[in-house]
Amino acid sequence: MSADRREWPLYEVFVRGKRGLNHVHVGSLHAADDAMAVRHARDVYTRRNEGVSIWVVRADAITASSPDEKDPMFAPSGDKVYRHPTFYDIPDNVPHM
Amino acid sequence: MTTTPVEPEALEAAFEATIARHDRIEPRDWMPDAYRRTLVRQMAQHAHSEIIGMQPEGAWIGRAPSLRRKAILLAKVQDEAGHGLYLYSACETLGVSRAELTDLLLTGRQKYSSIFNYPTLSYADVGTIGWLVDGAAICNQVPLCRTSYGPYGRAMIRICKEESFHQRQGYELLMTMMRGTDAQREMVQESVNRFWWPALMMFGPPDTDSPNSARSMAWGIKRNSNDELRQKFVDMTVPQAEALGVTLPDPDLRWNEERGHHDFGEPDWDELAAVIRGEGPCNAQRMAHRRAAHEDGAWVREAASAFAERAGAR
Repeated sequence: MSADRREWPLYEVFVRGKRGLNHVHVGSLHAADDAMAVRHARDVYTRRNEGVSIWVVRADAITASSPDEKDPMFAPSGDKVYRHPTFYDIPDNVPHM
Repeated sequence: MTTTPVEPEALEAAFEATIARHDRIEPRDWMPDAYRRTLVRQMAQHAHSEIIGMQPEGAWIGRAPSLRRKAILLAKVQDEAGHGLYLYSACETLGVSRAELTDLLLTGRQKYSSIFNYPTLSYADVGTIGWLVDGAAICNQVPLCRTSYGPYGRAMIRICKEESFHQRQGYELLMTMMRGTDAQREMVQESVNRFWWPALMMFGPPDTDSPNSARSMAWGIKRNSNDELRQKFVDMTVPQAEALGVTLPDPDLRWNEERGHHDFGEPDWDELAAVIRGEGPCNAQRMAHRRAAHEDGAWVREAASAFAERAGAR
């Protein structure tokens, strides 16, 4: 009974859709251990060739920023427009720019 | 990092602004308690429906007439399990545990869709469920892909892609039977007669009797009213029934030129209320089956936990 009452840990699942693409978060699932998490991820998230590679990671191992987009965390990039190519005026007659 | 305390009014205003922009709310955003509760209830009931929904069709896997039909049905029932899992995991992002959700279903404190409390008496029901029940589900679910809660919308996108297979395999099954013998055609018509009204009830009570709908729509959880979706389903289904060669069992069903929609009869709302209360033909059977499956699986869960623990200790 005790083992049954203790919930299996939560894993986050990332799938690479095809070669050349990043792994993308697709959802989560519960599993007793890492190997079972990969197997469950295959059955739950790739029943129709949605992926060529799967990553699973314990949800409690993830550190995240605050989700608020107005968070000071992202403020430093807000005033650095010179990091974008559109910041620079180049005459139209200059090719391949 | 220092955090400045934020006033509750500011949090509420930021939440409302996100909803007004039709932007998505994500798990760690601040949200009103009632929004969270409404979502947990709706997503959990949706998840439970997928899990219970495996039973009516699962009953026909062993009796499907060919290996091809067995393989299709097996894939479909496996999808329902998958849909339940997508939705449970989306629901857990709101801070409920899987164990709690399972418990809420097994103890009957949360409901599942009333449609699964009707029996599958003939093999034609497998086709009818795909066509009408999954068709109604698609009507309900497509707008939910744009629901305001991010994880719910993402789960719905995956589900809707797969539901299309469900509906088409059902319709194709019925078309095959309609090309068969008179007895097979009668089976199809009889099945459609039994499922038509329960399918219309899947959209819930009429708008005048759906007290929580307005708030769910204001929050962008729901995108269309029950009656709008029911009308859409009827309009979609009538030409499909004609193409199939079956009649829909409603003497009041006819095209209304003025409205540009079909008029149709009133479902028996007392019947819906009774099924929701637990008095449908299969409520007790569905719950007993689910509880037994959960209990019978306990040793597997325990063994897996013990194995993981031992491997971890090495």
